[in-house]
Amino acid sequence: MSTLSRVAASRNHPAYWAFLVHRLSGLGLALFLPLHLLVLGLAVERASLDGFLSWTDRPLVKLAETGLVVLLAVHLTGGLRVLALEFLPWSDAQKTRIAIAFGVALAVGLLFLLLAV
Amino acid sequence: MQSSAAQPSASTELGELTVSVWRGAADGRLESFRVPHRTSQTVLDVVTWIQRHLDPTLTYRFACRVGMCGSCAMMVNGAPRWTCRTHVSRVAKDGHLELRPLRNLPVVKDLAADMTEFFDKWRDAYGRFSPTPTADGDFHRVDPESAERKAASAGIECIGCAVCYAACDVVSWNPDYLGPAALNRAWTLINDVRDADRSGHLAAVADDAGCHACHSQGSCTKHCPNGLNPSMAITGLKKSVLGALLRGDL
Repeated sequence: MSTLSRVAASRNHPAYWAFLVHRLSGLGLALFLPLHLLVLGLAVERASLDGFLSWTDRPLVKLAETGLVVLLAVHLTGGLRVLALEFLPWSDAQKTRIAIAFGVALAVGLLFLLLAV
Repeated sequence: MQSSAAQPSASTELGELTVSVWRGAADGRLESFRVPHRTSQTVLDVVTWIQRHLDPTLTYRFACRVGMCGSCAMMVNGAPRWTCRTHVSRVAKDGHLELRPLRNLPVVKDLAADMTEFFDKWRDAYGRFSPTPTADGDFHRVDPESAERKAASAGIECIGCAVCYAACDVVSWNPDYLGPAALNRAWTLINDVRDADRSGHLAAVADDAGCHACHSQGSCTKHCPNGLNPSMAITGLKKSVLGALLRGDL
């Protein structure tokens, strides 16, 4: 069997996917943070910030921003799920909670996209 | 690779299985065997057939064959399973099985993993019962409907097969991590009203290698062959440790 099937065999279940998405979205956001701070730095000179903000009106950039919003939302809802898991009494509805976390994050991303176009 | 000419006839009405089996220690390799596929055949049946008909030097471990002793667990097509209760028809992919020793444990030889560190961690998690001095007093009255007893009862059927330990990525990343089975054991003890050292049990699982190292990936619960829920036990420990810390008991 392939290495990928072997790796997936014991991990292909909702709780592991939730862990993976939470970890990868966190890493993605950590990588984005320096860029965010760089853009904030542009605010020192009004002209350069305005130039950058007009660049962000392009459709492809809006699409990338939507991805970023989904990352933020999924990390937030995933984090709330973990807090609920660790501080609230145990619930057997873990799969439902994971589905809600993913669903809300996706809805937030779609709403952003709707408002952006 | 075994020569087909050297093997006994392996044809049955269900056809034939191709079984790749780990041979040697950590630096071993996969060896392929052809085994008859029979109805109601378990993975342990397959391994036993190989040893009795094809290669008597094949090393593996089993005892009860009915899912009670926890000794026959292996990686079957990438997932940890108790092989005596795993039907081939449920796990074979296109007539193929890949059998390896349990992940996260040193290999002794072939399919036998060294379980020493797994059970050492039960000791490190203070997984032994600490009796109260009741010889001169009355018996403990255990209410089977109390929340504590229900929590303890939910976890006590662990057979020590190490399937959860092999499924856990945190064990792979942090070799000191006590693992789901040892933490589940600690959870049953702190919920046992007869145990005299609740704080001691909590202290044993409160450090970096204890319950707080768990990332709630849930693979332990997903793969536990007895349907136990170590994830629930570990989140219970996390809450209990925090509670004890806030009360000043730790």
